[in-house]
Amino acid sequence: MLKMTHLAKVYRTEVVETYALRDFNIDVKEGEFVAVTGPSGSGKTTFLTIAGLLETFTGGHYHLDGVEVSQLDDNARSRIRNEKIGFIFQAFNLIPDLNVFDNVEVPLRYRGMKAAERKQRIMDALERVGLASRAKHYPAELSGGQQQRVAIARALAGSPRLLLADEPTGNLDTQMARGVMELLEEIHREGATIVMVTHDPELAARAQRNVHVIDGQVVDLAEEPRFHAHAQAAHS
Amino acid sequence: MFGYYLELALHSFRRSRALTALMIVAVALGIGASMTTLTVLHVLSGDPLPGRSGSVFLPRLDPRDRDGYDPYAALPSQVTWTDGVDLLHARRAARQALMVGGATAVQSDEREVDPYLVTARYTTGDFFPMFGVPFRFGAGWSAADDDGHARVAVIAASLNDRLFHGRNSVGRTLHVDGADLRIVGVLEPWRAVPHFYDLATGEYAGAEEVFVPLFTARELKLKRNGGIECWGQGRTDDDRIESSTCVWLQFWVQLDDAAAVASYRAFLDGYAHEQVALGRFTRPSASDLTNVRRYLDERQVVPGDVRLQVWIALGFFVVCLVNTVGLMLAKFMRGAGELGVRRALGASRRSVFTQLVVEATLIGVAGGVGGLLFALLGLALVRLQSTAAAQLAHLDGTMLAATFAASIVATALAGVVPAWRACRVPAALQLKSQ
Repeated sequence: MLKMTHLAKVYRTEVVETYALRDFNIDVKEGEFVAVTGPSGSGKTTFLTIAGLLETFTGGHYHLDGVEVSQLDDNARSRIRNEKIGFIFQAFNLIPDLNVFDNVEVPLRYRGMKAAERKQRIMDALERVGLASRAKHYPAELSGGQQQRVAIARALAGSPRLLLADEPTGNLDTQMARGVMELLEEIHREGATIVMVTHDPELAARAQRNVHVIDGQVVDLAEEPRFHAHAQAAHS
Repeated sequence: MFGYYLELALHSFRRSRALTALMIVAVALGIGASMTTLTVLHVLSGDPLPGRSGSVFLPRLDPRDRDGYDPYAALPSQVTWTDGVDLLHARRAARQALMVGGATAVQSDEREVDPYLVTARYTTGDFFPMFGVPFRFGAGWSAADDDGHARVAVIAASLNDRLFHGRNSVGRTLHVDGADLRIVGVLEPWRAVPHFYDLATGEYAGAEEVFVPLFTARELKLKRNGGIECWGQGRTDDDRIESSTCVWLQFWVQLDDAAAVASYRAFLDGYAHEQVALGRFTRPSASDLTNVRRYLDERQVVPGDVRLQVWIALGFFVVCLVNTVGLMLAKFMRGAGELGVRRALGASRRSVFTQLVVEATLIGVAGGVGGLLFALLGLALVRLQSTAAAQLAHLDGTMLAATFAASIVATALAGVVPAWRACRVPAALQLKSQ
């Protein structure tokens, strides 16, 4: 589903080159629920933005659903993003002056879908997250947990092949976080592929597989004892 | 998608009402000032004979004496009676008209209304077809009527409305200063702007209300007015003016192609040489054929300060647009977070760019409406001046369309740079700003 091989992302200035990702390798199979963990600045978010085709990379290969994406132009990347990827952000990123219905509608608008089909999908997605009755509410009228559910509905409305979640519970209290996590697990059980970036070891533990990133590289904690203590410390 | 972009633009306006209002007011002020001055210029410098002015010429001679002779000075724009009649009777152009302005008292045959004074033009029959004057009823008079001093007249629509309640008055009698003239034609409302054929009676004077054959008017001693320049023993009193050394008549000809122009030029040159040889003209032989546009330019009919005002207003519009660009850039960059979300959800850079340009264009539409109101207000203020030119300052269909087009195009173009810059910010960076 998502395969990066020897991927590199370098930020260059006139005097210095900074590697955000270096020889980055990851292979996420269809239907997997993968948690990407690592300390701040390790490259998790860079990985997620590249995976979501929001950023280009400097070297290596990235195949998404069997398509090598490095040579695609902005239009093609946007189309793939629209049709195959759903984003869930830590800060929810709902558009404040659009109501819940209109927020969920955004990705469907860019797909050129007819109004009747859009409405059906929006209501289905809102039903799925338990917020169908709040369709006419504005984000400011909802709790944090409800806002994140709307964001999840927005990600699901387009029936994406891949869900990318960036600290989806980072801005929520424990109870709300639990609710959102249960929703993600349910979505996964229904067959979705989910890649979730998180600091939270408890959340990471609920994923099928953990990928740990340090200094822009994926490390195998079991095989790299020198990182083990560091990782343990991060988890504790 | 266009409908969706419109929805988003309206959402955006609601989100930042003050900033949006500021941009609209800036565009409206710039457009209003520009359109006010451009309308004045457009009206004052318009073509008085659309589609015809290229083929209508003013033949010019120099019959003056040697006093104050300047070989580089412009030739008189009027002719003497002798030259005018000679050139008219030569009939060397497709059409030719000799004329002078006047004022006379008129009354209908029913004598319902007391006689009252109207502006008049004493001219020859080709005046109407040469200048494309439209008739509501009847027609003009013929060359035979001119030569036969026919007692006929053509009246303007306004006079027909007043004296005959707008009915067809062809065949009716018009009392003109005690003489009875048969009405042969009633004009549609018509006015040459500028009043090119006789600038001396007012560069932006209204059209005359009654037209009488020139030779008939002279016979009836109808009151003449307009510019006159005499030299030597020239006398301006009406009894002697035909034999005096004075230029006081306007003479216009229609020449339809370059060959006709060349031929007439040669004829006019020959005529001038002949008059010098005869001793009537004492200055070196000189003649010219001036078309309408060149004549208006030469006489500087459009006041110089009107052009200056246009440049100042356009400069002001540019300043308003530059400010609008700055405000738009600030607005678009402030909304970068939302743009990032849209990009993440599948909007291409092109979609985002189009969305922002649509928003800018909508500001242009609103600015155009505001600009129209400001322009109407500005023109109303212009009309408060008492000059004849000021009274012409009305927004016509062309300028109305130009107002909207200028506002929309200028604002859309002004939106291109901010939209381009906003959509070039990497989506990942935009998301971080959310």
